[in-house]
Amino acid sequence: MTDLPLIGEAAAVAAHASGARGLAGARIGVVTFPGTLDDRDAARAVRLAGGTPVPLWHADTQLGDVDAVVIPGGFSYGDYLRAGAIARFAPLMSKIIDAANSDAKLPVLGICNGFQILTESHLLPGSMIKNDHLKFICRDQVLRVENNSTDWTGDYDAGQEITIPLKNQDGQYIADEKTLDALEAEGRVVFRYVGFNPNGSRRDIAGISNSAGNVVGLMPHPEHAVEVGFGPGSGLSGSAGNGGTDTDGLGFFTSVLNKLVGGAK
Amino acid sequence: MSIETTKKFNIDTVENAAKTPDTELPWAELGLKRNEFDEIVKVLGRRPTGAELAMYSVMWSEHCSYKSSKNHLRQFGEKVTDEMKKDMLVGIGENAGVTNLGDGWAVTFKIESHNSPSFVEPYQGAATGIGGIVRDIISMGARPVAVMDPLRFGAIDHPDTARVMHGAVAGIGGYGNCLGLPNIGGEMVFDSVYQGNPLVNALAVGVMRHEDIRLANASGKGNKVVLFGARTGGDGIGGASVLASESFDDTKPSKRPAVQVGDPFAEKVLIECCLELFKGSLVEGIQDLGAAGISCATSELASNGDGGMEVELTSVLLRDPTLTPGEILMSESQERMMAVVTPENIAAFEAVMDKWAVEYSWLGEVTDTGRLIITWEGEVIVDVDPRTVAHDGPVYDRPYARPEWQDAVQADVFTGSVQDAGRPSTPAEMSAAVTELVASPNMCDKSWITNQYDRYVGGNTSMAFPDDAGVVRVDEETGLGVALATDANGRYTYLDPYHGAQLALAEAYRNVATSGAVPMAVSDCLNFGSPEDPDVMWQLAEAIRGLSDACMVLGIPVTGGNVSLYNQTGTTPIHPSPVVAVLGKLDDVARRTPSGWREDGQAIYLLGTTAAELDGSEWSNLRGHLGGLPPKVDLAAERALGEILINASRDGMIDAAHDLSEGGLAAALVESSLRYGVGARIALEELQERDGVDLFTALFSESQGRAIVAVPRSEEVRFKDMCTARGFAHLRIGVVDAAGGKLEINGVDALSLDELREAHEATLPKYFG
Repeated sequence: MTDLPLIGEAAAVAAHASGARGLAGARIGVVTFPGTLDDRDAARAVRLAGGTPVPLWHADTQLGDVDAVVIPGGFSYGDYLRAGAIARFAPLMSKIIDAANSDAKLPVLGICNGFQILTESHLLPGSMIKNDHLKFICRDQVLRVENNSTDWTGDYDAGQEITIPLKNQDGQYIADEKTLDALEAEGRVVFRYVGFNPNGSRRDIAGISNSAGNVVGLMPHPEHAVEVGFGPGSGLSGSAGNGGTDTDGLGFFTSVLNKLVGGAK
Repeated sequence: MSIETTKKFNIDTVENAAKTPDTELPWAELGLKRNEFDEIVKVLGRRPTGAELAMYSVMWSEHCSYKSSKNHLRQFGEKVTDEMKKDMLVGIGENAGVTNLGDGWAVTFKIESHNSPSFVEPYQGAATGIGGIVRDIISMGARPVAVMDPLRFGAIDHPDTARVMHGAVAGIGGYGNCLGLPNIGGEMVFDSVYQGNPLVNALAVGVMRHEDIRLANASGKGNKVVLFGARTGGDGIGGASVLASESFDDTKPSKRPAVQVGDPFAEKVLIECCLELFKGSLVEGIQDLGAAGISCATSELASNGDGGMEVELTSVLLRDPTLTPGEILMSESQERMMAVVTPENIAAFEAVMDKWAVEYSWLGEVTDTGRLIITWEGEVIVDVDPRTVAHDGPVYDRPYARPEWQDAVQADVFTGSVQDAGRPSTPAEMSAAVTELVASPNMCDKSWITNQYDRYVGGNTSMAFPDDAGVVRVDEETGLGVALATDANGRYTYLDPYHGAQLALAEAYRNVATSGAVPMAVSDCLNFGSPEDPDVMWQLAEAIRGLSDACMVLGIPVTGGNVSLYNQTGTTPIHPSPVVAVLGKLDDVARRTPSGWREDGQAIYLLGTTAAELDGSEWSNLRGHLGGLPPKVDLAAERALGEILINASRDGMIDAAHDLSEGGLAAALVESSLRYGVGARIALEELQERDGVDLFTALFSESQGRAIVAVPRSEEVRFKDMCTARGFAHLRIGVVDAAGGKLEINGVDALSLDELREAHEATLPKYFG
């Protein structure tokens, strides 16, 4: 277990006494690999949604007492090989893979590098290659929620458009046509880019799920759109705000919390 | 952790040096002057060994010793008032200065240059510029929280500019994005004076609790010296080939890259690893390895401590086992740190290294001899007083004089010049002029660059480019945060170095205040030509004098910075370019003021007065003219304006504010309208009447001490009363118009925001793809 260095961060909300299963009783693990960047952001998002973030360290050999897991963005191991290719071999990842595939169906969200790690782990199909324009891109991105029945999207309306930041170098989602057709047919395309495809992803796919809907991966960053004054609605990116609010990403985290405490709509 | 030495070197020991006083040494090839070499011999009482010569040559270089600028830089330490000292926790001289933010928080920031490497190899040069400045911040005990990059490249249409642009921007992004540090602003200036000498400056800011402040010194006899992070390689060795005389064989590569190669992943791990060391109080002193590598780290740690140091150089982990002792001492391999650890903490230190999989090796220990002794397999190859290496280098009083051409340049005013022919006057011409201005290389939208940088990571970015200042939250519970802006105007400074440098400071100060923050501290990166040219030396002396004088009036100290000289091609220097960074404090970042208006019907006020000041302006630049005198500096007015902007932000009297600088009112009105795509209706007749200027001057003059603000109707009376009470010129020049989709200025054909945006945003993609 690592202790996230929390400069600039309020103390985590105290977990409810054992036995209570309020939102704060739901424990969401946030994994840190060497080179992970958005772990503090993901932990903050969990906390702002009302849950209790639990730092997880890549070298841990046990998953411990967590109800769901977020694999945040960054450049694990520098991404000098394929993004996520080394991280998938971390001891903790084998535990996460087992738990995600078990009957308990541990909810797992992979964001950006986390999404890349999930495809490398074969929890999700396809792969990410370099953006078609070959540059890193940071922008406020409009997404359509295509499937609101996954563990991480229950609080959104089907077809709802949300704006959350996108920032990556290797974000072009690819898979063979058969896989893409199957994803579409099974409703496993969870998010699609709207208005502008920022990286050349096939069929404008921004995020997908496994067939059970407990594992979701996407390139954009919901954890950067959870707080008023620090999200896309404030017009942080580009020369004009792209609409949306500052907190369009919070629904990912409330969705899983509501599912965990049985309060899903 | 031992290394296998596969090569036997013909080691030049201290003993050997004493016995062979007449051995020829390559001091000239290492960049030393005859008098400097003689001084080394005098200090040592014998000729230096090859390793000692390597150390002195890099530490006495202009870059490390500030030998040409030191006499002038003293003013930053001397012209200091009590007001300036109030919040300074650590001043100039350490890796970076530290300023008190209150509530037990402290902030450290610094700006540095990485100019020459960025011209030779733009990607790695710019990348390692970020890496170096971030390690300076870590060395103070702080967590880095943001970076910024002021850039100055050659003409936008010169073929080589694209090479530098693509490389430098990708390098800054590639390195900075991988560190998890939001890039919150900077500058982008194109001017052919920078064609062969692009300026790539990098700023980093970090925060810490007061008790976590760390200094670079080695104290406590018996404490261990450890080198950790990346291995030492042959990169970044300037004069390596001349040291080949140390080696038996000459089959090794004779030319090693002088530009360092960065590994941002290693740096990210190093950041987390260092913060964990600080948290556990596991290091007594720490120093990053940048310019001059181990030479610098050992001599600075030892001379800032209370004793000496002994180091075994074969314990250094190497990437290339053929490196000679001199090369190891000079190597500028990136992502390395040196620390001093007490014997009791060794095990805990090693546990942190192992957790983050960071390589380390114990090199030696702190002694009480007052000597820095470096051995190679036990044989002494360096035996020096570390102060003579780190601090007592040569200092030059270089001759300087006001250039003969200065008067002629200042006499060549824009108004009435050949280039001023056909000045726009009809509404259609005015409209075209505004569009031309905001599409010009220096005034156009910079998101082609900034969209390649992560501005969100960390979740604390409250404002970033294109707002006037970058704002980062420090404390989530209270909203306490910092604002930063960097500015320079090489054209102004060329026309008048003393006032040009002050104008850079004034603009950065104004930008920070415009965001609502209280300016607190200054860091500067002084980019100039060759100090051996008396004209350039005069520019440098005048700029430093101007800056230090202005800091006294504004009441904010310089806490650190960097001097970059020899930025010239042949005998043609760059424009003198003092880049000034100002750091400010916001008690609650929720109160920060963005640069664009959004609410229909809000009143737009212009603060300050406008004179006919077009010399050195962006408009004159567009017409190919550079002459006359830059706009007047009135620091008292800047201070008064700052106080109004800060109070208005704190008391919720304004919803938007944008400073007027390059491009004047015209640029500011367009930028504030495009920020959120909300237009305005503007009438300047009253302003023209009051200030005695025509419409063109009102729009394009670059008079200082001005800002535009958007005031909610309910706050107008209170706002006007405040300005009146403070005796500051203020004038209602228009109103926000959310419905029209236009910027309408009386006497100027209406400007459609869509067309303005297209012109504003098309420029960089047109040249750079």
